[in-house]
Amino acid sequence: MTGQTITRADLGEAVYQAVGLSRNESADLLEMVLDMMSKALVEGQAVKISSFGSFSSRQKGQRVGRNPKTGEEVPILPRKVLVFKPSQVLKSRLNERTDVKE
Amino acid sequence: MTKSELIACLAEAHPHLYQRDVERIVATIFEEITSALSRGDRVELRGFGAFSVKARGARTGRNPRTGEAVEVEEKYIPFFKTGKQLREKLNPNR
Repeated sequence: MTGQTITRADLGEAVYQAVGLSRNESADLLEMVLDMMSKALVEGQAVKISSFGSFSSRQKGQRVGRNPKTGEEVPILPRKVLVFKPSQVLKSRLNERTDVKE
Repeated sequence: MTKSELIACLAEAHPHLYQRDVERIVATIFEEITSALSRGDRVELRGFGAFSVKARGARTGRNPRTGEAVEVEEKYIPFFKTGKQLREKLNPNR
């Protein structure tokens, strides 16, 4: 566990290293992938990335929440949320070290 | 939308790229996220969302069929939190 945070810049760099494109174009392609996924999700489509996981949107109904500071009841309006379901491959990659120990 | 549809759309928008390069680009993105998470790192993509790893402690589980107690080891679960911008796009009227 190194506990670092990976950002767009790191992913863009990885794309740059993998393919012989400019850094700029690599960053643009990464952005485009994220945009396409976002757009599909906003349209209500599920996004399925094999051996990584799937994203889908779910409609949440209205419920009563509470302002934790004042204790006041406030309605939480119906909203859409995203759900990420990791694939079996991703889950096992995260637990590789413990698998090796066995 | 599947990974292959994503690759097809990307290839269409970039006709000067080889198909295999487009495939490699998409594979690299998800491979980088996966390897970061398996190191225990977080991946933060502003506007889209952040991937992190949560630890689930070891516990004594039960085989649902036999009722037998089994030790379940500590394990790591990937977690995705939707970014603010994407959350707002999902709920445009608020």
